[in-house]
Amino acid sequence: MLQYLFRFVVGGLIVSAFAALGGTVKPKSFAGLFGAAPSVALATLGLTIQASGKQFASTEARSMIAGALAFCFYACVSHYLLAKRRLSAAAVSIGGLGLWLIAALGAWLLVLKQ
Amino acid sequence: MRVYFDVSALRRTKWGEYAVRFLFGGAITLIAGILAKQYGPVFGGLFLAFPAIFPSSVTLIEKHEREKKQNAGIPRTIRGRLAAALDARGTAMGGIGLACFGLVVWKLLPVWKPAPVLFVALVVWFAVSFLIWRARKFHLMR
Repeated sequence: MLQYLFRFVVGGLIVSAFAALGGTVKPKSFAGLFGAAPSVALATLGLTIQASGKQFASTEARSMIAGALAFCFYACVSHYLLAKRRLSAAAVSIGGLGLWLIAALGAWLLVLKQ
Repeated sequence: MRVYFDVSALRRTKWGEYAVRFLFGGAITLIAGILAKQYGPVFGGLFLAFPAIFPSSVTLIEKHEREKKQNAGIPRTIRGRLAAALDARGTAMGGIGLACFGLVVWKLLPVWKPAPVLFVALVVWFAVSFLIWRARKFHLMR
């Protein structure tokens, strides 16, 4: 239970720190880089290495590449919907999480699960 | 284009907004750990690249830009959405850097000590993201 709480606090702090850093840099397109900061990965990998070993964490990182490419696709679609279709940022970014999940699961089914 | 820090932006963000980011980030990290434990590292690893920062960032950018315009007496504006679109474009570039982060950890972690691997991966994420961003700016200026 304590391990879960520790993971939650570390994750919350690292995500908040990167989000705050992204909020302070200008111009906006540069600040956007921090929207894809490896915050969850940094919070998770260190704890995973301790608990399950380097090989387990390395395998996780391989799958992370597919998740990151799905993220890139999700951000490109979000950019199009915000800039060209002028949809609301909340609708695009929260609705788009489903798109990220579909793309990531698709990569897992087609490439990683083999 | 010059990159600079605007610390006053931190004051525009309310404590409730910081709390939402903390809770969301904590929850995602916890879920990623539980999924990896339950279904193995191949499936759980996907969630290391979960968009934990992007949704709240673009939503706040749109909200803050709209409020700025409303305070200036302009009730309806699309500027917030255009600013959010710029942020999304940067995030797409950062996504490529994030994939490179995963690549570095995947290849180096079995042979190096964990701390240097994570540090090098973080530097590679930033360097790749920055170079893509810089290359695009350079291309636009030509």
